[in-house]
Amino acid sequence: MTLIQESATRLVDQLRAGDVSAEAVTRAFCDRIEAVDDKVKAFLHYDRDAALDQARAIDKKRQSGASVGRLAGLPIAVKDILCAKGMPTTCASKMLETFVPPYDAHVIGRLREEDAVFLGRVNMDEFAMGSSTENSAVASTRNPWNTDCVPGGSSGGSAAAVAACEAPISLGTDTGGSIRQPASYCGIVGLKPTYGRVSRYGLIAFASSLDQIGPMARTVDDAALLLECIAGHDRHDATSANEPVPEYTKEITAPIKGLKVGIVPDHFGEGLDPEVESAVRASLDVLKDQGAELVEIDLPHKKYGIAAYYLVATAEASSNLARYDGVHYGFRAENFDGLIDMYCKTRGQGFGDEVKRRIMLGTFALSAGYRDAYYIKALQVRRLIKNDFDAAFATVDVICAPTAPTPAFKIGEKTDDPLSMYLSDIYTVSTNLAGICGLNVPCGFSKAGLPIGLQIQSPPFGETVAMRVGRAYQQATDWHTKTPSL
Amino acid sequence: MSFSREQVDKVALLSRLELTDEEKDRISQQLGSILDYIEQLGELDTEGVEPLAHCLPIQNVFREDVVEESLSIDEALGNAPKRRDEFFAVPPPIEK
Repeated sequence: MTLIQESATRLVDQLRAGDVSAEAVTRAFCDRIEAVDDKVKAFLHYDRDAALDQARAIDKKRQSGASVGRLAGLPIAVKDILCAKGMPTTCASKMLETFVPPYDAHVIGRLREEDAVFLGRVNMDEFAMGSSTENSAVASTRNPWNTDCVPGGSSGGSAAAVAACEAPISLGTDTGGSIRQPASYCGIVGLKPTYGRVSRYGLIAFASSLDQIGPMARTVDDAALLLECIAGHDRHDATSANEPVPEYTKEITAPIKGLKVGIVPDHFGEGLDPEVESAVRASLDVLKDQGAELVEIDLPHKKYGIAAYYLVATAEASSNLARYDGVHYGFRAENFDGLIDMYCKTRGQGFGDEVKRRIMLGTFALSAGYRDAYYIKALQVRRLIKNDFDAAFATVDVICAPTAPTPAFKIGEKTDDPLSMYLSDIYTVSTNLAGICGLNVPCGFSKAGLPIGLQIQSPPFGETVAMRVGRAYQQATDWHTKTPSL
Repeated sequence: MSFSREQVDKVALLSRLELTDEEKDRISQQLGSILDYIEQLGELDTEGVEPLAHCLPIQNVFREDVVEESLSIDEALGNAPKRRDEFFAVPPPIEK
């Protein structure tokens, strides 16, 4: 197996043992990026020399006998929404084309402390709004399994980079499925941790009550390793939870015998692609073979998830994105007539279609005369959805479902029909509304050769149990070892 | 429900977004169909249900009120499209 196909866990072990240098590992991934990224288009910013400089500095530090971080020498790709001091951070938007943050996001600081090597910044839907990475103002990232297809979104660059072996691991963010759905489309592992598990400090805000940062990787063990490094309380994010961080990498190795896996019969109904259905059903049998007990449950309000989500998320976005006013940072239009006109022209020219659409929907949902009927109603439905999960998790340990209703769709297929794009998030949005945890693991391929994903949801701060199940599944299957030919 | 051109104009102004006529037509049609889909929330009786704005039971997180290091003026203004001395520069907000 070549270096670029190794798991992050194995690479870290080999680096620690001195079997390979950080420079050699980094060079292997840089070579791969240079060989395939013209096709994949995962990277927005990539700097070989800067990556190799970091790697050499870490090799030197290790050789000097100084203690090094847990990820010492491990290359990582970062979604272009996480502020990194001195690195361009654009959110794939014209609005932030020239933005260079003066500070590090909490997770970036943690990665620096652990001596990870930053390969570059990866593509996304503009401001994380989208399900295909087609809303990037720069380029559409391609699905490495079929470059005519989307990689999913919004963390499409993070997913494609790992699937294409351009990075062993990456960071994404998930507001309504933006880690799990691209992980599913690209055949990798993606974890959306519990709301508050990872500090959002320095994450450019989309919907503040829903946004979470999480790991994307080839194996569940790799995701556990990265989560262990980034989770925990941070005083710079008042909504980061003061909960102890378990030793995920150890605790997830426990067997799953006796665990209760909740299944919602309606999840396998209308709108689900038959190939996805059979792959997900087959994965349930694998879990059963390992001693898990399948239990039928109901989530009575799940069909209202998308409607509630697109009101809550856009309302929060309309407020969060008010900061892009052409004054403090980013783009400012030329030729305007007074202050208000400067705002309107700057925002009209700086934002792409989907961002404008969502700001409009959110502003409408919060506007006088409509707020109670739309925004408050959505928050009430959000409560009902959370109550459903609370009741379910009183009887089961995890809930298993498809991650997405279909495999990856074709580029351009849904761009003119935002509602059909929104419906590709139908299995993922409730996780964010309820603040719980959700994991995607690859569980098969369609006849056309596109990956299919299994979603494992667990209660708040139940990352360990979701990853236990995901890891047990990967121990019994080999989907995650397959790589696309590019 | 339909989302009329008048509504588009009103919400665009509230949103501080200048839109082209073509954008207005498209948004009017697209938001109309999205709102049609959203109408299904009306089926649910939510009388007396407490709205849920945030999932964590956290309230009023304070820190000690002590002075800490912060960005320098140059760092804070470093990304400004236009600055004058130690300030962000904007067009006059009040008309002469």
